[in-house]
Amino acid sequence: MPSPRYRREMPQRYRLEAAKCKKCGKLFFPPRLVCAACGSKGFDKTKLSETGTIISYTIIRVAPADFATQVPYAIAIVESDNGARLTTQVVDCKPEDLEIGKKVKFVFRKLYTEGHTGIICYGYKAVLV
Amino acid sequence: MREVAVIGCGMTKFGELWEKSLRDIFVEAALKAIDDAGVDHIDSMYVGAMTPGLFVGQEHISALMADYLGVAPIPAMRVESACCSSGMALRLGLFEISSGHSDIVLVGGVEKMNDGADATYALATAADQEYEVYQGVTFPGLYALIARAHMHRYGTTRKQLAAVSVKNHHNGAMNPNAQFQREVTLEQVMNATLVADPLTVLDSSPVSDGAACVVLTSVDFAKQLKAPLVKILGSGAATDTLALHSREDITALKAVKVSGEVAYKMAGVKPSDIDVAEVHDCFSIAEICIIEELGFTEKGKGGPFTEQGNTALEGKIPVNPSGGLKSKGHPVGATGIAQVVEVVEQLRGKAGKRQVKNATIGLTQNMGGSGASSVTHIFKI
Ligand SMILES: [Zn+2]
Repeated sequence: MPSPRYRREMPQRYRLEAAKCKKCGKLFFPPRLVCAACGSKGFDKTKLSETGTIISYTIIRVAPADFATQVPYAIAIVESDNGARLTTQVVDCKPEDLEIGKKVKFVFRKLYTEGHTGIICYGYKAVLV
Repeated sequence: MREVAVIGCGMTKFGELWEKSLRDIFVEAALKAIDDAGVDHIDSMYVGAMTPGLFVGQEHISALMADYLGVAPIPAMRVESACCSSGMALRLGLFEISSGHSDIVLVGGVEKMNDGADATYALATAADQEYEVYQGVTFPGLYALIARAHMHRYGTTRKQLAAVSVKNHHNGAMNPNAQFQREVTLEQVMNATLVADPLTVLDSSPVSDGAACVVLTSVDFAKQLKAPLVKILGSGAATDTLALHSREDITALKAVKVSGEVAYKMAGVKPSDIDVAEVHDCFSIAEICIIEELGFTEKGKGGPFTEQGNTALEGKIPVNPSGGLKSKGHPVGATGIAQVVEVVEQLRGKAGKRQVKNATIGLTQNMGGSGASSVTHIFKI
């Protein structure tokens, strides 16, 4: 990923920064400028809960070039305890350990290296709790 | 508002077309459609394509195709909406004629995915780059997430998913334009190499080259031409969140439901009036969700409905008589118009061995990404 794009997303990827609609209370990750639920434009800065629940999961067996050396790896849609959803890898577990409804905790990890000379890309992953 | 009809259609064979270029396959399909329509000119054209820039390094293909088709200086425009690029392009052709701006419009779609590009990467650009693809998600992965949730919630089985591929390969085996003209068994689908659990390579549409075109005109003008006339009764399009995870219910394809409802309303028909449908089975689970959203069966019942043969050629509502994206192939930008080509041939009674009996009303549904955009059209002969 080109570095300017990477840098802009760091607050979300490193610190799970999110935005809560001042009017209706809906939580957005990543933050956005207009509330998709009520149309309001006022938000409070907040953070995702550091734990959540697996909504669905899969094991990726055929990956894009950046992730080719990591296969097979688990990907899940997780709902944070304060109600925002995201897509994340689930690591440090066997594929057969995963189940819909299981609890996870977000951790800070390396995601991939950008080619041979590019930056190392970091962000959140999840582990089972 | 003028009524609009499809008066000509044409497509290339879908598959790995190593000897033909992007421009050649589009021109081949366009010439077939123009010849089929029996018109001596077109006033304007729309070209649906997802990402020729990534696949073959070529953008600005609207002008390129007008140039190579020998129709410059007519206006030409490219339409991009991921895998439903040409389905969306059809709407623009429809609007241009119904508004009276043009009399004869060519609408086509094209994609050349086998020229050496990283197809997994190129296709993934239709998902959320920063919050899905960054984590290592692929398109099979997104549909696998939908499949797992659908199985968990509704009890959809691995075998029911496989039944979609078996049915579509059965139909595709009778389609001379299909990429894979051969049957597969339930066991072959279920035991094939896993791509993203629980989906195997035989749940997935292939990487394909191909083009498809139709010629549209007003119904009044079509009558003067004495061309075989298939009316466009309804058109609906809708969007949903780009990221799958942002949806309240990841088993629901809301854009499909809304695009269907709008098209049904405009056409003045209901799901039970449809005689034949071509839908966006990019993965087996997609067809199951789509037939639910279009109202062919209840939400959650798409698996058993398929397993019981209701969507087979001789079933209650034949779905994907062409073989669908799975067997016919899925050159992403061409798929939406290729669906229209199939439905027009079915309504004309010219679909050969895969002909659906007594079909008079047909539907096409074309989808982008993991369902963030959908377009539905309804046709009548
Ligand atoms: Zn709000």
